[in-house]
Amino acid sequence: MPPDPILEVKGLRVELSTRSGTVPVLDDLSFSIDAGETLAFVGESGCGKSMTALAVMGLVPHPIGRIASGSIRLAGEDLTRVPEKRMRAVRGNDVSMIFQEPMTALNPVYTAGEQIAESLRRHQDMGRRAAWEHAIEMLAAVGIPDPRGRASAYPHQMSGGQRQRVMIAMALACRPKVLIADEPTTALDVTVQAQIFELLKDLRRETGTALILITHDMGVVAEMAERMIVMYAGRKVEDGMVTDVIAEPKHPYTRGLISCVPHLAEVLTEERPDLTEVPGVVPPLTQFGRDMCLFSSRCPLADDKCWEERPPERRFGAGHVAACWHAEEVS
Amino acid sequence: MTDFATPVPPEIEQPRAPLAETTEMFLHNHAAVAGLIVLVLVVLAAIFGPSLYGVDPYEMVWAPFTPPGSEGYLLGTDYLGRDLLAGILAGARVSLTIGMAAAIMSVFIGITIGAVAGFFRGWVEEVLMRVTEFFQVLPTLLFSMVIVSLFGASLPVITVAIGLVSWTAVARITRAEFMRIRELEYVMAARASGAGNFKLIFRVVLPNALPPIIVQAALMVGTAILFEAGLSFLGLTDPNVVSWGQIIGSNRPYILDANYTVTLPGLAIFVTVLAISLVGDGLNDALNPRLRAR
Amino acid sequence: MMFTILQKVAYSGLLLLAVIVLNFFLLHAAPGDVADTIAQSMGGADAETMERIRADYGLDLPLWQQLLEYVTGVLHGDLGYSFFFNVPVTELLLERLPATLLLVITAQLLALTVGVLLGVISARRPNGLASHFVTLLALFGYSAPVFWTGIMLLIVFSLMVPIFPVAGMSDATLTGGWWAHAVDVAHHLVLPAITLASIFLALYSRLCRASMLEVLGSDYIRTAKAKGLSEGQVVVKHALKNALSPVVTLAGLQFSAVVSGAVLVETVFSWPGLGTLALQSIIARDTPTILGILFFSSLVVVVVNLITDMVLRLIDPRIRTGVA
Repeated sequence: MPPDPILEVKGLRVELSTRSGTVPVLDDLSFSIDAGETLAFVGESGCGKSMTALAVMGLVPHPIGRIASGSIRLAGEDLTRVPEKRMRAVRGNDVSMIFQEPMTALNPVYTAGEQIAESLRRHQDMGRRAAWEHAIEMLAAVGIPDPRGRASAYPHQMSGGQRQRVMIAMALACRPKVLIADEPTTALDVTVQAQIFELLKDLRRETGTALILITHDMGVVAEMAERMIVMYAGRKVEDGMVTDVIAEPKHPYTRGLISCVPHLAEVLTEERPDLTEVPGVVPPLTQFGRDMCLFSSRCPLADDKCWEERPPERRFGAGHVAACWHAEEVS
Repeated sequence: MTDFATPVPPEIEQPRAPLAETTEMFLHNHAAVAGLIVLVLVVLAAIFGPSLYGVDPYEMVWAPFTPPGSEGYLLGTDYLGRDLLAGILAGARVSLTIGMAAAIMSVFIGITIGAVAGFFRGWVEEVLMRVTEFFQVLPTLLFSMVIVSLFGASLPVITVAIGLVSWTAVARITRAEFMRIRELEYVMAARASGAGNFKLIFRVVLPNALPPIIVQAALMVGTAILFEAGLSFLGLTDPNVVSWGQIIGSNRPYILDANYTVTLPGLAIFVTVLAISLVGDGLNDALNPRLRAR
Repeated sequence: MMFTILQKVAYSGLLLLAVIVLNFFLLHAAPGDVADTIAQSMGGADAETMERIRADYGLDLPLWQQLLEYVTGVLHGDLGYSFFFNVPVTELLLERLPATLLLVITAQLLALTVGVLLGVISARRPNGLASHFVTLLALFGYSAPVFWTGIMLLIVFSLMVPIFPVAGMSDATLTGGWWAHAVDVAHHLVLPAITLASIFLALYSRLCRASMLEVLGSDYIRTAKAKGLSEGQVVVKHALKNALSPVVTLAGLQFSAVVSGAVLVETVFSWPGLGTLALQSIIARDTPTILGILFFSSLVVVVVNLITDMVLRLIDPRIRTGVA
């Protein structure tokens, strides 16, 4: 009997009001993650990956967005129902987040140390001195040389990689149960990217934090995560162990994403001579929520049924789920 | 391997004439249109008002401090028994003329200094920007007061005194625009095809730098009217010419007896400058390409 | 850092030097001989006085030497002699300076605090009541002539509802300790300060709103929210400190306009500062005094600009550590 998941999301629907009416940017999303596990969210921008993260953080942009239905249970507590005051106590303490842009995600007018210590004072009841000392320990833990000196440095005096390390130190300072990393390395150099991922792996091993990794890079998924969820136009289209999904994708979109990465694609189709991209773009927001497969416009397998009815999630082996009318034909 | 469907190219909106688009943007801004209507009315009143109304603003026509409406004097009379409406109509001419003239002068100085600084860069820019900073440090009203006191309170001196101190904002904006535009491809192309500096500045760069300058120039007229009103309120104006600020200044000692002699001309200034600033805001929105893209 | 501050100070000194040179040339550019210009305040002067003026200003020397003497004179605190008030100009100005300083600094601080407050409130609700109020206030502040605003306030709050005194800076008949006098001055200060602040209040609140709106949309505000900070902490600690720099910069740039506005406000409320003195000396054609006022007020502006620069350094570490 596996332990209860640390975070369990069920039937989550997040709506955004736009000029042309209310649209579901997350449509009936369910997933769960265990302590110490890494779950990757994959998809193009605008697919609802970041919105998932904001929903879990309770930071859905108000008032244009709102959680319409569903639940987000963190260690049993439904975060969609708690008052804002309680949510603030959770945020940055039990769930924390690393953002895409280390260059702009740190406040330019406060030192790195202060920005980490602030979290500790807020959530861990630490005094000024204790929080500062702990912030220095955190900077050391994320591999910043001369942590004591760097604690008094301002963001503009640091490199992008160092800033992202500070962000990670800030996010992990209160030992959260769940850490969400939203494209943590897109803005960084390739070598720094690898370092940051190593660091995240190490820290997860040490702290037992569950890690939700949001990315559009299948290579990163294969390297970092145990399980993955593929999102398309606000919907989950595939969910499963990374090895299963890469070996045998059940959704044409997943397949397209995999074939974008050369060394992954080789495993898939050895005879394939060229690189296949996924042509076309994500449908406009106005189409979100329609009763159809939203991928139809870009799908080579699409037929009338795909255009007329939303495909249900179907099981393929242990924990492998896909929402496609033609799942059997994909691989 | 399967093929993915070719995406349909998005529809491309037909580009329209920029002037038509700007006009349309402006007309959609109700406050700006209202401002424009008021402004046109004020200008018409200044041009035709005095001869249509036909009352001499300098002559005592009735008992001093006759309240508005009584004895057929729509806005009453001032402390010397002069018709206030006639004064406000005559004052509109002076205020608008000086406002316009001083604004034109300061825009001219500002564009010249800003353009030269932004175009040539280097030490020329350094020197011109220091001069600009110098004029920003001088309290402008005091400087104009000094000029008026040294060279006499005639309308030309007042105009020059205002124009001479008000150009710094135009210069800063022009310079910023020039620095941006001079690096663009079409300027490079014109330069490569052998255009001289004069042609580059006035024929190539300036036309493209105009939108924000036009907005600032519009606002300058309002500022200059306020400035003139301030000087004439202090009495630093041609004592033989009636203007809005001068009516307020000369009637100020009597506000206990009749405050409308101060309230009404002030209202005239307020409404005129308000109209100008609404038009300026409207122009700003209409000429701002970033807003238009939305 | 020390170096850049010294640079700023040196540069400010140069600006002031330029004002002195400008003053010199203004004096010489006026129609007629310098002695005539100066003697105007006495309605002409006898030959003896004219001689004294000519000697004082070294009018028989070559122009460059006169300039040199004038500049060294001003640098030693000698701004000439006021034949109208019959005192050295410097003495006269030092006597009037505190009143003007009190007015401009109070007005500036009032405009800044209220402006920032309104800006913050309206930025949090861009379509709320406060936001529309700021827009209206901005239009009013830009369009209403300040002397008229002053007179309107005077009519309402001193004549119709006599809460505040009509004119002056203090009640000469008042007896009592320094505290009573301070309260009295503050009472006299209310209307002039509000009048002068009204122009700039609108400017600052509008800029503060725009700046806050931009900052509130930035990534580090999202980070601050993700830390679980309260809305107040996010707005005041994380957003405001960033949004303040452009407002303070503008306030510094506007200070010479505040001084200009003070001339009009002082005249309306008979506030015994440099502004009323400027008008008196112009009417009296007392050129040394009016030129002295131009110099003194430029000095005030330059000093305030230096202070603004220091404040900016305190607020923004990017300026402090030399990165733009």
